[in-house]
Amino acid sequence: MGRDVLLKIEGLRIEGRSGDTWTEIVKGIDLTLHKGEVLGLIGESGAGKSTVGLAAMGFARDGCRITGGSILFDGIDLRKASEAKKRDLRGARIAYVAQSAAASFNPAHKLIDQYCEAPVVHGVMSRDKAEHDAIDLYRRMQLPDPDGIGFRYPHQVSGGQLQRAMTAMAMSCRPDLIIFDEPTTALDVTTQIEVLAAIRDIVRQFDTAAIYITHDLAVVAQAADRIKVLLRGEEVEEAPTRQMLDAPREAYTKSLWAVRSFARPEQPPAAGTPVVSVKGVTAAYGTVNVLEDVSFDIHAGRTVAVVGESGSGKSTTARVITGLLPPKSGAVLFEGKPLPPALKGRTREQLRQVQMIYQMADTALNPKLKLRELIGRPAQMYLGLQGKALDDRVRDLLNLIELEPAKYIDRLPGELSGGQKQRIGIARALAAEPQLIICDEVTSALDQIVQEGILKLLNRLQGEFGLAYMFITHDLATVRAIADEVVVMQRGRVIEQGPKAEMFAPPHEPYTDLLLSSVPEMDPDWLTRLLESRAAAS
Amino acid sequence: MGFAASIILGLAGLFALAWVLRLAVRRALTGHARSIANDMPLTAAFGILVILIYAIVAIAAPALAPFPEREIVGGQFQPWSAEHLLGTDRIGRDMLSRLIYGARNTVGIAFVTTALAFVVGSVLGIWAALTGGWIDQALSRFVDALMAIPALIFSLLLLTIFGTSVVTLVLVIAAVDATRVFRLARAVAQGIVVMDYIEAAKLRGEGSWFLIRREILPNAMAPLVAEFGLRFCFVFLAISSLSFLGLGIQPPTADWGSMVKDNATLITFGDITPLLPAGCIALLTVAVNFVVDWQLYRASGLKEQ
Repeated sequence: MGRDVLLKIEGLRIEGRSGDTWTEIVKGIDLTLHKGEVLGLIGESGAGKSTVGLAAMGFARDGCRITGGSILFDGIDLRKASEAKKRDLRGARIAYVAQSAAASFNPAHKLIDQYCEAPVVHGVMSRDKAEHDAIDLYRRMQLPDPDGIGFRYPHQVSGGQLQRAMTAMAMSCRPDLIIFDEPTTALDVTTQIEVLAAIRDIVRQFDTAAIYITHDLAVVAQAADRIKVLLRGEEVEEAPTRQMLDAPREAYTKSLWAVRSFARPEQPPAAGTPVVSVKGVTAAYGTVNVLEDVSFDIHAGRTVAVVGESGSGKSTTARVITGLLPPKSGAVLFEGKPLPPALKGRTREQLRQVQMIYQMADTALNPKLKLRELIGRPAQMYLGLQGKALDDRVRDLLNLIELEPAKYIDRLPGELSGGQKQRIGIARALAAEPQLIICDEVTSALDQIVQEGILKLLNRLQGEFGLAYMFITHDLATVRAIADEVVVMQRGRVIEQGPKAEMFAPPHEPYTDLLLSSVPEMDPDWLTRLLESRAAAS
Repeated sequence: MGFAASIILGLAGLFALAWVLRLAVRRALTGHARSIANDMPLTAAFGILVILIYAIVAIAAPALAPFPEREIVGGQFQPWSAEHLLGTDRIGRDMLSRLIYGARNTVGIAFVTTALAFVVGSVLGIWAALTGGWIDQALSRFVDALMAIPALIFSLLLLTIFGTSVVTLVLVIAAVDATRVFRLARAVAQGIVVMDYIEAAKLRGEGSWFLIRREILPNAMAPLVAEFGLRFCFVFLAISSLSFLGLGIQPPTADWGSMVKDNATLITFGDITPLLPAGCIALLTVAVNFVVDWQLYRASGLKEQ
């Protein structure tokens, strides 16, 4: 592209503080962005993507400091510019869209009030004009009821709409540069498409340059002109999107591309009594039914994936199986015998057989207990292990999840990485020696490479112990990798269920089709094609 | 040398000693405990040192005091002298000895009271948050009702009904203070019981006692410890004020609150002796608050920039 350079970062170095020592987290990054160009910035967590993104605004997070290099935005040196000067730029000429719009909007103000703040403060528009402009942009972002949506509070609109309203807000001063920090990571696949399409269109319409930060390659491929891959604060490679997708040069980039290649071999159809059968379960919170006549079986050594958008009743089904939410009607059978509906009615032995792994390992592990007790407690409680026997068991379990016992046994969860914490969640479930493990979105908070490690581990353990898994997820790539059978849920009902091979082959129920077609593919034209085909169909 | 100068010198000496103490602790400890000691500010070391000195004085009172607690050993209101370092009180008991024994009585009773209030208040508060439903409602509304009555008046009322002995004093003040602790513990625990690890423990089939003790209490510890220090000061002041009103620790037991009251007449003669017990109370209060501040600081996770 022969256009003007908008942002030029050279030899950027940023240090982060841990305890009393400063360690370099960005080690000399160069970055050039032309006007109207979209640059994708990808890497695992800890690669320094967000830190570089914020540095492009001349900003360093608390506990970080920029120690070297230069940041030139349209000829202005942001490292030397005064705070007042930078404040003038931010919001007006450089805007930022955060990962969680829900957390970034002020819940006490209406959307349009927050929209109008920046243009009025920067003196770009009058309040009246800003309101009209907001409605216009809401319309362009294809938000429902563009005339009225601005007068709602953040909690009154859905997550996907909020993310689009956030993007509209970032556009309010028609900035030259927008930094998108994982804008679709927290959304469902079906919602992700809408936001992604809206972002792409609006950036093109206004010829805005953007830095798009994500760990999802398929997503960035849809939006970016160029892609830069980061690893531990250093650049791995940079190339135009198509070239990067077709012919990645570096081994690390190739490994990123290959993550989704993991797949569990086809299993023969399961026979015999299922470990757990859910039979005609209807459940309600208060008077509102959230599950209607849900039935499926889980066999030993098999993985049943339960998929659907948020609010479809996946996690509620898990709560019914574990006894946290007694069903209104229907029953849960364990090896053919009905389980008492409520947690309190179940015996210790029944409790032991069904274990659970949670999405957020951060909140699922007591931060004040050492791994020894976290993992040891179920073994002590259910199997009566004490002293040396307990210690040995904990060490065995740590070995199973590929953490070195001597090094980790006396650590607290806060001293582990996200993937390691999730492994501890797995070890805790295994310690009970259960027959069924319910995995509730266990990989969705993790990077792709870490995800793959967890999936492989779960798969290996399943082979070793003949475990049955109920795998709750909204990520169909994960389903493809690990499932034997698939149950699709929508609004509390089972829409479709069957073996994986059948489920991924047409014909589908319309909803299954929508879910399947919404999974981003590693093809820069995928989104365009999909939107065209959907437009043609409707 | 003036009195003010000797106080300033004394405090400076304590700070110097605290600095040495902190250095010694850092040398002696390893690992996690050492990193805590490394973060410890000098004020916290000072607080800990003062509390330690009080504890030693309280425990070793009979050995340290030159005269018995209750015996009349001289004339009334004798001035400071070699024999009676801080003079005598209005019926001729040795001031220094009574000050030393007072540490034992006042601090000891305050400590027992606060500890009791905390055990009862925090266990009930966490239990209410964990169980919810009508148990929570019943306990919380009962506590609200108790809290609606001003603490001092309520204690006076209860003490008049049940009579004044050390045991009733402890029980009454503990009961009044437990309501405040209950509120805090319940509020903190409500934020913890919704975490996934509590759900995981419930799924495991853990009983309420284990949940309170191993899963919730360790996570609620920081605010509770901070509150403990604060409550301790309040209890201390409550006992002193009750003693001052004549309903607290009964004579002839030595107590700092009643010592101020008994010897108050001396102040009009320009003698600062009656203020010494008050000074002891003030110093301990400040010391405890230094430690509390440090704990709050650690709990809030704020680090120096």
